[in-house]
Amino acid sequence: MTETLPLPTRRDEAWRYSDLDALAPVWPDIAGKREEIVIAAGDSTNRQLILEAGDPNVAVETLSIRIEKGGRFALHCLAIDADYGRIAVEVTLAEGAHFELGGAILGTGDQTLEIVTDVRHAEPGGTSNQIVRSVLGETATGSFLGKVAVARDAQKIDASQSVKAMLLDRTATANAKPELEIFADDVKCAHGATVGELDKAALFYLASRGLPPAEARKLMLQAFIADAFVSLEDEAAHDAIEAKALAVLEAIT
Amino acid sequence: MKATPVKPKLPKKKRNPMLKIDNLHAEIGGTEILKGLSLEIAAGEIHAIMGPNGAGKSTLAYVLGGRDGYEVTQGSVTYDGEDLLDMDPHERAAAGLFLGFQYPVEIPGVSNVQFLRTALNAQRKARGEDELSGGEFLKLAREQASALKMNAEMLKRAVNVGFSGGEKKRNEMVQMGIIDPRLAILDETDSGLDIDALRTVGEGINTIMRKPDKAVLLITHYQRLLDVVKPDYVHVLADGRIVRTGGADLAHQLEEQGYEAIAEAA
Repeated sequence: MTETLPLPTRRDEAWRYSDLDALAPVWPDIAGKREEIVIAAGDSTNRQLILEAGDPNVAVETLSIRIEKGGRFALHCLAIDADYGRIAVEVTLAEGAHFELGGAILGTGDQTLEIVTDVRHAEPGGTSNQIVRSVLGETATGSFLGKVAVARDAQKIDASQSVKAMLLDRTATANAKPELEIFADDVKCAHGATVGELDKAALFYLASRGLPPAEARKLMLQAFIADAFVSLEDEAAHDAIEAKALAVLEAIT
Repeated sequence: MKATPVKPKLPKKKRNPMLKIDNLHAEIGGTEILKGLSLEIAAGEIHAIMGPNGAGKSTLAYVLGGRDGYEVTQGSVTYDGEDLLDMDPHERAAAGLFLGFQYPVEIPGVSNVQFLRTALNAQRKARGEDELSGGEFLKLAREQASALKMNAEMLKRAVNVGFSGGEKKRNEMVQMGIIDPRLAILDETDSGLDIDALRTVGEGINTIMRKPDKAVLLITHYQRLLDVVKPDYVHVLADGRIVRTGGADLAHQLEEQGYEAIAEAA
């Protein structure tokens, strides 16, 4: 009999907002499971990850990424679909490496969706940029937990995080938690978070020009989440993930 | 163009105004702002409403546009004989009403072109007309931008984001040109404009709206715009109702004597 890792608890920061009841039945199958990705020195890779839930309706994806010197990895992801969905990303960056994250968390009903990142700048001169946009309705919970760690000698790091959430109903919940752990003294680490509702004045403006309320909301939400995908330069991939996101928006609004 | 239903022939007197406001009372958050306002506007007419701050000018514009939070407690407004107050804002737009905003709203991430094309096509769809293709729309948008002397590049930018006050107002008029409404309610379209922009915007209003089948309600503080867009009627709004109505010369009289004198004399 193999020993499975114990079920995480909410005392563990990285699982603080998770739906552990939903996780429990699938935990024995997924505990410790992770996809390992290594980006060789100087290489550049794009990856898109879209959660798809099965039965039970739980989806957990864990990536462990190492980006070697001067390498670049861009991850664009959608936390959608599952009753409980989690995208966890652990990234270690070597000298001058870059990590880009563009994520959208789109949910309604009583979905619990989260993106959890742990970005470790182990060597100097690396950069990372994380942009997450959430749209949440009814009693859904969407969380972004973003940890950035900068090692003692990892000078000249430029790391930024931007997370914005739009609540469609007052009953929805958005959590945004940046966590910075910096041991070098010459670094730039920026983070920003907002939680808001659709601008009523803007909705009236759009309506006064003839847009029915549903279309006005769609147009504004589309613009809101677009930030998450601007860094995806491959046009076909960009359009594909945005189209998927829009289809989900349509379904949840 | 929308086919207008055939109406029985009427005597010359304007018995069927396009917009008929009757004894309108409206409040915001329990405070009554409009206190029995009545006004009739027929096709082919341009009316100006002038009045001091707090008289209720913007409230009137928002009530006519259908903004949330403005509660009509008494009176009626009909547009082409239909109950305007019963229509949602987007339905009013599709029916041909255009509201020019005193403070046009910024919408980050949504380009002017995308916004206006979606809006115009939503209106056309609601009226049972064919939607415009991207190419057709762009041609129309460029023509209107050029007529209002707005740089066509601004059409690609996010709606009003980073626009100066004057550029926002010009953009309102470009929108009006593209949408081609039957009735325009223009709330202080002249504020924030320099003299040249005022002339361009005024001439834009004349070109787009000075037509026998259209009408305009201009809300303004100043008579300057009225030198370019000559109104057929000028109304003085004070404390929620119209206290005086006259011709274009009333605007000059107001400019000389001030609102107080006129309102008191009434």
